[in-house]
Amino acid sequence: MLTFKGGIHPPEGKALSEHKPLKRLSLPDKVIIPLSQHIGAPAKAVVQVGDEVLTGQKIAEAAGTISANIHSSVTGKVIGIGEFPHPVAGRGTAVVIERSGEDRFFEYPTYTVETCGREDFLKIVAEMGIVGLGGATFPTHVKLSPPSWKKVDTVILNGAECEPYLTCDDRLMQEESRKIALGLLLMVKNTGAETGIVGIEHNKPEAYEKMKEACSPYKELKVALVKTKYPQGAEKQLIDSLTRRKVPAGGLPLDVGIIVQNVGTAFAVYEAVYEGKPLIERAVTVSGEGMKDTANFIARIGDTYERLIDEAGGMKEEAGCLISGGPMMGFAQVTARQLPVIKGTSGILLFTRKQLPGYEESPCISCGACVSVCPMKLLPTQLVTLVKNKRFEEAGDMNINSCIECGSCAYVCPSRIPLVQYVRLGKGALRKISARERAKKEEAK
Amino acid sequence: MAEKFYVATSPHIKKNISVTKVMWLVIAALLPAYIHTVFLFGMKTVWVSLAAVGGALVSEALMQLLFKKKITLYDGSAFLTGLLVAFNVPPTIALWKVALGSAFAIIVAKQLFGGLGYNIFNPALAGRAFLMASYPADMTSGWSAPANGFLSLNPAASQAATDPAVVKFLDSVTSATPLNALKTARAALNDPGLEDQARHVIGELFSGESVINAFLGKVGGCLGETTALFLLIGGLFLLVAKLADWRVPAGYLGTVALLTWAFGGIDGLFTGEPLFHLFTGGLMLGAFFMATDMVTSPITAKGRWIFAVGCGVLTFTIRMWGGYPEGVSYSILLMNIFVPLIDRYTVPVSFGEVKS
Repeated sequence: MLTFKGGIHPPEGKALSEHKPLKRLSLPDKVIIPLSQHIGAPAKAVVQVGDEVLTGQKIAEAAGTISANIHSSVTGKVIGIGEFPHPVAGRGTAVVIERSGEDRFFEYPTYTVETCGREDFLKIVAEMGIVGLGGATFPTHVKLSPPSWKKVDTVILNGAECEPYLTCDDRLMQEESRKIALGLLLMVKNTGAETGIVGIEHNKPEAYEKMKEACSPYKELKVALVKTKYPQGAEKQLIDSLTRRKVPAGGLPLDVGIIVQNVGTAFAVYEAVYEGKPLIERAVTVSGEGMKDTANFIARIGDTYERLIDEAGGMKEEAGCLISGGPMMGFAQVTARQLPVIKGTSGILLFTRKQLPGYEESPCISCGACVSVCPMKLLPTQLVTLVKNKRFEEAGDMNINSCIECGSCAYVCPSRIPLVQYVRLGKGALRKISARERAKKEEAK
Repeated sequence: MAEKFYVATSPHIKKNISVTKVMWLVIAALLPAYIHTVFLFGMKTVWVSLAAVGGALVSEALMQLLFKKKITLYDGSAFLTGLLVAFNVPPTIALWKVALGSAFAIIVAKQLFGGLGYNIFNPALAGRAFLMASYPADMTSGWSAPANGFLSLNPAASQAATDPAVVKFLDSVTSATPLNALKTARAALNDPGLEDQARHVIGELFSGESVINAFLGKVGGCLGETTALFLLIGGLFLLVAKLADWRVPAGYLGTVALLTWAFGGIDGLFTGEPLFHLFTGGLMLGAFFMATDMVTSPITAKGRWIFAVGCGVLTFTIRMWGGYPEGVSYSILLMNIFVPLIDRYTVPVSFGEVKS
């Protein structure tokens, strides 16, 4: 079976929610829509308190090349712009909109794969505020418009969903396979690529069958099973598994002629092109042992974690930990109150306090477990030792910047060393060092 | 709804493993061999192991108190070191000497280097080296042959060994370990008067019956030298449970087997008996439980191969040409020195890195 070297097999936890069909959540009375929901500069608000907005109407505009538009997810009135909790940044500026009634949609033109040319396509993807929905939230239009000297031959659709507990991509592939296939076809045709490959982990046989059926009419599209292994869905690892091409260190998939998009992104692209619908909702898994029941929702952006948890069945007494995203790379949250669902929210997971590992660190016994699981073939324990001793440049020589922070090393470490945290520390210190050196050079000039 | 949740860095799930669990599982893997030695040597084994483990635990606690560190006897690492020291001494040794060996292992080889995770040398083997240097007589002679002694079960060898001419060089017949007998016989090969006898003894040692006896533990030796079969069972458990890297025993045993087969015979190339070498002495214990010690072996896959093959070459060299009949402990200790160097030169090419 297609796969990469290294990686781990954590308990999947998907049985909790994989049988739950996607359910469209009732409209929230109020939405909190952060201006920063993507990698890059936060969008600039184009509405003011008191403005009436329609569903799908642009409320904030991309600020700069790497940024993305943001749209209202309900029909109503802007009642505030201010600081709110943010699942990734901690806090951030958000536009609050109070819903006044049922959806009245802002009208956008619609196209099909036959009528949508390359220029139209890129304009639509940018206009509709589409970003990578796997969690990284990189603006999709930027990824889809490579510089002219980079030839793209393959678009890979990431349906691995390797994070434990998450099942929203699985459900989306089962229920919306046709639209996802068309979304992929749009991306293949409009990037000049020859092939589109959907990579799906082999623990999702139904999704695989549905996607295969949906892709069969198009000779450009293929569906491939990859081994169920974490982090199969990491960009470089998935490319390796499917094509054996190795993205160079510090490079991008474009360097080996590939663009990778999440299946959710392909679905959003379809809706934007065929239905003129901006990115105002997404699939979210609500699960974990701390939940009374679980769900896969289609939720509006700006709805709150609190409401999604309640709508799914509520949390148990013993719930002690709230994760935004998957358990391996997600972000722990202090509270669910007023915490908005953003474009990158793939999962809302509740764990019991008892389940949590805790990081009472004991000395490294050089067991080498981190070395054998590292999908980037680094020596995590040595990187940690170098960072602890503030030998950051040596850590740089040992390719600390190649680390994708997947957490496989910390998962297997018997000494419970928070390796990822040390690596982030090291990367941060290195950034500071190189900034200082750049400044010095500037001065010398 | 809970007001505030517990916040920690990712990943938020972890494998159910800890250093404590690793140590106690390795101890469990030693149990079959331990029970077998009790069966072989009787209560002597129990007293020796109690002295060894007791010495290790007391030393660990004392040193941690002295250094004002947290007392971590529960983690099993000192217990394991003590048990391994017990496996490395003959059952006849005075109990206080065993305890002293354990104390050296913990105090000098482990705690003075910084404690768990920081030691360069395998503590149990350092303890054994200390005892070998301090009490060579207790460590290498006065073997207590198990109830069914090796030579007595092998009539031909036994007869040859009681021949006065052979006794002359087999100076500790009744209690000789097979490797001792081999070393003495090989030395006698150069004596024209004894050559035939020596050839005969070697032939008997390499016989199928002798190899099977060695494998089943019907031979003299240290506690851990007499139970090849049961160490193999425990060792395989370690590999299956991924508590030891298969590369180390594979590389170590493979190297010794290959070299002793090729160069260990007395009738030219490829006339040696690799099985004899695999099942005698401390090789099984060394290859599965000592060379695989996580702290004192390399962390890279390639490094582990180098380390294991190095141990094998040294063991073969000492057994063939060294002053001691057995070389497992010194081989591993010597290779321990090279671990940082090996790790440094076997850094894998990272994903997407261009080889320069």
